[in-house]
Amino acid sequence: MKVVVCTKQTPSTTAVFTVDANGHVSWDDPGGKPNIVNPWDEYAIEEAIRLKENHGATDAIALTVGSEESKDALKTCLAMGCTEAILVSDSAFDGSDTVGTARVLAAAINKIGDVQIAVFGNRAIDGDTGLTPVQVARKLGWTPLTYVSAIKEISNGQITVERLLDDGKETVTAPLPVVISVVKEINEPRYPSFMGIRKANRATIPVWTAADLEVDGATGAEAAKVNWGHVYAPPPREGSVEIIEGETIEEKVRKLVDKLFEEKVI
Amino acid sequence: MKIADFTEEHEMFRQTVRRFVETEINPHVEEWEAQRIFPAHELFKKMGNLGLLGLTYPEEYGGGGVDYWYQVVLLEELGRADCAGVPMAIAVQTDMATPALAEFGTHEQKQKFLVPAISGDAVFSIAVSEPDAGSDVAAIRTRADSDGEMYVINGSKMWITNGTQADYLTLLARTSGEHGYRGMSLIIVPTDTPGFSVSRKLEKMGNHSSDTAILSFDNVRVPKANRIGPEGQGFILQMKQFQRERLAGVLMSISGMERAIRMTIDYCRQRKTFGKPLIENQWIYFRICELLTEVEALRHLTYHCVRELLAGEDMTREVAMAKLKAGRLAREVADTCVQFHGGMGYVEEYPIARYFRDARLLSIGGGADEIMLGIVAKYEGILPER
Ligand SMILES: Cc1cc2nc3c(=O)[nH]c(=O)nc-3n(C[C@H](O)[C@H](O)[C@H](O)COP(=O)(O)OP(=O)(O)OC[C@H]3O[C@@H](n4cnc5c(N)ncnc54)[C@H](O)[C@@H]3O)c2cc1C
Ligand SMILES: Cc1cc2nc3c(=O)[nH]c(=O)nc-3n(C[C@H](O)[C@H](O)[C@H](O)COP(=O)(O)OP(=O)(O)OC[C@H]3O[C@@H](n4cnc5c(N)ncnc54)[C@H](O)[C@@H]3O)c2cc1C
Repeated sequence: MKVVVCTKQTPSTTAVFTVDANGHVSWDDPGGKPNIVNPWDEYAIEEAIRLKENHGATDAIALTVGSEESKDALKTCLAMGCTEAILVSDSAFDGSDTVGTARVLAAAINKIGDVQIAVFGNRAIDGDTGLTPVQVARKLGWTPLTYVSAIKEISNGQITVERLLDDGKETVTAPLPVVISVVKEINEPRYPSFMGIRKANRATIPVWTAADLEVDGATGAEAAKVNWGHVYAPPPREGSVEIIEGETIEEKVRKLVDKLFEEKVI
Repeated sequence: MKIADFTEEHEMFRQTVRRFVETEINPHVEEWEAQRIFPAHELFKKMGNLGLLGLTYPEEYGGGGVDYWYQVVLLEELGRADCAGVPMAIAVQTDMATPALAEFGTHEQKQKFLVPAISGDAVFSIAVSEPDAGSDVAAIRTRADSDGEMYVINGSKMWITNGTQADYLTLLARTSGEHGYRGMSLIIVPTDTPGFSVSRKLEKMGNHSSDTAILSFDNVRVPKANRIGPEGQGFILQMKQFQRERLAGVLMSISGMERAIRMTIDYCRQRKTFGKPLIENQWIYFRICELLTEVEALRHLTYHCVRELLAGEDMTREVAMAKLKAGRLAREVADTCVQFHGGMGYVEEYPIARYFRDARLLSIGGGADEIMLGIVAKYEGILPER
């Protein structure tokens, strides 16, 4: 049984963004690295590694559709304990929407072969749609299990998981193969160990292009149904602070109430 | 800023250590400082699992087998922690009590003692100083008398970091009747040996999370097989080991100073006096920039030491200079940062008060400033004959 964990590289949580007049976004992180593994995915990576450690998976393979720089994020996956990492990168995929991305991911999962579980994070901190996992499931024809907070059992071709919902938890069973997206209650991600980092930096990460895959359906900016028409930084908030002065508390409160009436707040 | 000596891999490793400090050390600092001790066995085991305790030691014994720049990264990141006590205790394990064992120990000794030091299964102390001999190491009196295949140890050691919880001590003791620096040996002493006891835990001005103890030896019998290197070579081995200790202290202090200065910048941005943020006073921002300049200069003296040491050069003089400068600069930084915090610098709610206390140690421990000056003077040929 192979397990694939789909992960993407996102800007760091402390990155500072600039949007230029053409809607071009750039960022940097003065205190650290500008790009990191999507924080939600750390739980997915950890769970994939645990599937190998505790549930007899033979491989825990990290998979990213993205640019060459995304290799950094894949190295982190290897350093944490993934057995393999694959980057899918081709200009034909640039500017894909989530459906396009899902098509590529599904084709890559098919190429890997013998995958029983594809693990995802709940959402990505940048795109933030949470759509990719279900769209990949749809494309593969697998059962999507979302908001997974625990994997209870895997046996006889079935998987039983606990889902964490707003109002409580539910336990569901589905036949393999499945796509699962996990919430952060599922585990405590490990950090890359020193040994893992050494290994990761010696590993070679294969890069698959469009020519290596049989992608079903269109990809890229042209094919995107959702177009990023206008990207801009929100205008800075305007406001001012006024300190109410007065001899006594009562006087200050009276002035405050008058002011609030005046401004039509109450 | 990018430093050529650090590769992508070093930087990736830095992230791991930074996270370790943020999640496994910082959240517990208040508690450990209040308790005047931290759980060394628990924390060291976690570090051992991540491979952090033996980066430069041979892979054969569980170490990382990598260059010293990894150790630089580890120490720099530890130095950023919310206290100096725990990082110091860790550095005792990695840079003060084990370098001689790793370099001069036999295969059997390394199997027995270095392996658990690296895996975090054993906690180590370095036991050199005594009530009557700190700066003057050659004046130590603890004796290890020969009795067949055993040494019989009598005496006491003072200010021993990790002293109340150590499993092993790397002990410097006299193995012959000779005086001065002759006739000493480094011996590994298991603390479960009968006759060993912790006389007292010391109440300190700073580094509260680290336990410091007075140890007593009353006919403690250890096999001669626990002696590192030839008999009588202890002083020389310890002087070599001190070099690594000093470098570790300097590296941790540099990132500590930087953290204190940055905390002060943040505070001065927020705090307003006379209608404007403190940071807008030229005296304050100039002073901060002066300090940052000195920290930067010290950092590069230290990196220079690392580079040359890796190239096999004798850097005793330069390491002593760096240690001297670090001790003095840390005091200056601490004093200035507290000053710019005003009353808030004097209360425990702000971390700068702890930094002020902790920073004071560097000019004393690991060889006081004056001892460093003595080393420099010796290398300059201007130290008078005793
Ligand atoms: C240059 C550029 C141009 C773009 N243009 C458009 C556009 O025109 N229209 C549009 O709608 N979107 C566009 N996108 C966004 C892109 O479609 C989404 O980033 C992507 O589909 C994932 O969606 P999400 O970020 O919402 O992830 P989510 O669905 O929130 O992520 C859920 C899970 O899926 C995983 N996942 C997501 N993407 C990948 C991936 N690539 N590889 C592996 N795992 C992944 C995440 O890591 C996470 O675990 C563009 C992105 C880039 C970088
Ligand atoms: C928190 C803490 C942790 C420690 N941990 C350890 C440990 O783990 N293991 C260990 O072995 N030791 C440890 N020490 C001991 C430390 O190394 C000694 O305190 C240090 O070497 C100074 O020795 P001393 O205290 O005996 O000072 P003394 O030797 O009494 O010197 C007092 C002062 O006199 C001055 N001085 C000394 N000699 C000269 C000279 N020749 N010329 C001019 N001035 C001079 C210096 O300013 C010095 O600070 C620790 C100390 C502290 C405070």
